[in-house]
Amino acid sequence: MATPEKKRDWSALAPIMAFAGLAFLLAVGLTRDPRLLPSEMIDREMPSFDLPALRAGDARVSNADLEGQISLVNVFGSWCAACIVEHSKLVELSFRNDIQMVGLNWRDNNSAALRWLAQYGDPYDLIAIDTNSDLAIELGVTGAPETFLIGPNGQIRYKQIGPLTDQAWSENIEPIVNAIKAEAN
Amino acid sequence: MLAELGQLALVMTLLLSAIQAWSGLTGGHLNDSRLMRLSERSAIAEALLCCLAFGLLAVLFAQSDFSVKLVATHSHTTKPLIYKLSGTWGNHEGSMLLWLMTLAVFGAGISLFGKSLPSGLRARAIGVHGLLGLGFAGFLLFTSNPFERLSPIPVDGAGLNPLLQDPGLAFHPPFLYIGYVGFSVAFSLAVAALIEGQIDAIWARWVRPWVLLAWAFLTIGITMGSIWAYYELGWGGWWFWDPVENVSFMPWLAGTALLHSTLVAQARGGFLRWTLLLSIATFSLSLIGTFIVRSGVLTSVHAFAVDPARGVYILILLALATGGALTLYALRANKIDHGTPFAVESREAGLVINNILLVCATATVFLGTFYPLVIDAITGEKITVGPPYFDMTFAPIMSALILVMAFGPLVKWRKDEFARLRPALLRMAIAVLVSLILFALIGKSVWGALGLGLAVWLASGSLINYARKLRLGVKNSRIGNLGLRVRALPAAAHGFFLAHVGLAVTVAGITGMSVWAAESTARLNVGEQVSVAGYDFTLTRMSDGVGDNYQALIGTLAISQNGDPIATLEAERRFYPVEQSVTTEGAMDVAVHRTLYAAIGEGNDMSGWIVRVYMHPLVSWIWAGALIMALGGFVSLIGSAPKSKPAEEPA
Repeated sequence: MATPEKKRDWSALAPIMAFAGLAFLLAVGLTRDPRLLPSEMIDREMPSFDLPALRAGDARVSNADLEGQISLVNVFGSWCAACIVEHSKLVELSFRNDIQMVGLNWRDNNSAALRWLAQYGDPYDLIAIDTNSDLAIELGVTGAPETFLIGPNGQIRYKQIGPLTDQAWSENIEPIVNAIKAEAN
Repeated sequence: MLAELGQLALVMTLLLSAIQAWSGLTGGHLNDSRLMRLSERSAIAEALLCCLAFGLLAVLFAQSDFSVKLVATHSHTTKPLIYKLSGTWGNHEGSMLLWLMTLAVFGAGISLFGKSLPSGLRARAIGVHGLLGLGFAGFLLFTSNPFERLSPIPVDGAGLNPLLQDPGLAFHPPFLYIGYVGFSVAFSLAVAALIEGQIDAIWARWVRPWVLLAWAFLTIGITMGSIWAYYELGWGGWWFWDPVENVSFMPWLAGTALLHSTLVAQARGGFLRWTLLLSIATFSLSLIGTFIVRSGVLTSVHAFAVDPARGVYILILLALATGGALTLYALRANKIDHGTPFAVESREAGLVINNILLVCATATVFLGTFYPLVIDAITGEKITVGPPYFDMTFAPIMSALILVMAFGPLVKWRKDEFARLRPALLRMAIAVLVSLILFALIGKSVWGALGLGLAVWLASGSLINYARKLRLGVKNSRIGNLGLRVRALPAAAHGFFLAHVGLAVTVAGITGMSVWAAESTARLNVGEQVSVAGYDFTLTRMSDGVGDNYQALIGTLAISQNGDPIATLEAERRFYPVEQSVTTEGAMDVAVHRTLYAAIGEGNDMSGWIVRVYMHPLVSWIWAGALIMALGGFVSLIGSAPKSKPAEEPA
């Protein structure tokens, strides 16, 4: 190979060493799931909102409705295929009396949404309409479904991007629910 | 049928790039002219086949052939033809095909225009370029085949993200890619020079036009992206320090450093090792950018293709290309000359500072972009780095750079005296002082005055330098033959002037936008008005409209200042039924000194409509300056294209 006439210049090795470090980092980065990136909203206050209700006769839905109880705010739409996947889990959760289920019907048409709920079951205690993405933008929603766990003091405690699976519930959300209850006692 | 033909063309591309790589590298090693010619011809054939494959994909999109999976998932029959065509590269597979095509065309460029290079160096460079082509052709065929068929054939396609249905965005990827991929020529030549173990001023003279070309296109590409973000996203922002923006900005910064270091390399035969390293680094940053966008490692609004297999492939490609090049550098760099010495008061010294600052700026952006990844790798914590970090770190470095670049070009090569520069510096200082006082009084802002002062400093320094070259104000130089003198000046001098003045214009725009921008939001019924910075916006009408593939709600706003009507804007909210999404199309009235921008939010006839209005001073200067910089690049290019020497063989 190259027979150096001068003394070996070790500084020439610096670039490849630096690059090796970078390549290692990128490789580690690949093993992480970017979708797990929690939103910047975690541990922030729930943005203030006051939206009309989907079901005729219900009162408007606002921050006041979330006070004093643990709420699961679920962003859904009748147009969203992945929402059907998580729906049975939501229905199951609706039988728990320690969690208030709040639906955020996003960019949807009211009659289509009601028909959809009639077909798949209605797990929600409250349903707000967000046709113009007013709250969805404030929450940083990137797509449906997304689910937010809100503490009794109105703080966002967790954000689930994508369908709420059994695994996501038992591994990520339920422990926080238990922690919130422990805090309260 | 067409899809199968395209597939075949891609397979041929893969084979030809393998032949190109083998024959180029072996031919260069054995000094076998037949092998060398084989590699040159394969490079040209590869480029033609890639163009054919890309053209076929475009035809499939134009015909809305939904039997092809890519077309079905990204197009729709109701889409206007222009967006059907731009849909060709508005998705992962198609954009990678565009990448490969650009790479192949640049490879053919080395074959066609490289006659003035030593034949061994040329053959090796073409060989290295073939290796890159091989890697990317493989990437397309194995992980992202654009010609895959779909069965059953859907009745209609899924559409294209409406945000991407915009002329600004439709045509920004091609420019960006010519820029990104254009740096591959410098990379291949640097690796070829390292294989040979020698490099000289001819190398630098030859590589410079390619760097200029890539740099100018990248400048336009980034500018178009910024303009698009400004008026399409409707937030009134023009740069978001988003990871995807950053990864296109880093090759630009490194490429700018490279542009200046080749200047020393070709004029003085210095900085040779450094120039090689920058050539490798610049293209590697382009590769890293591709990796980031295509693997989804950093989440971002732009990352529309998240697939680990693709990420792994590109990471391996990056490791082989950059790792290989840098290993070669470690082995061979000490054979390469350090160049001639120079004094502190010399243009070389100024360019050293330029390079150090540009590399620091690149590192700053790099750190901000990758810090979340580092933290995640070490602690598993997810964080984001926002604009405050970049504002605090990037702006001071660039300010220092501008301070130096205003007078650096006035200094002579090798050794100069400070006394000779004094009159010029004095004039520049006076211009800055006057403008500082003026802007501070008018704008009532210290930061604004400082920013504009910096722009004046740069512009006056560049003007003085340009005037000196034109021998303005020199005794015995008549104004009558100015035109003659302008023409006698080398193109590079005009290009340099444009590029530096362009930056001054951009700096002025950034300052105006950061210091004096004003906005206001109100809920308006028809007939009501909202004011910002002395401009009154009256909502005169709300109406419905229909586009090719969307329904629109149009708000008409009449603008007046002190009762005098200025303009009427029509801001839209569009609903795309196929994609089920809503976009906001702001409307603007552009004048030299300010842009008025209005956007319509949600609302109804009963309670009124949310209307956001902005007054953005000098915002158009940001892009005008950038385009002047790109123009400077093109003008220099005309001058630095190698003089057609008698070729060794007919071209």
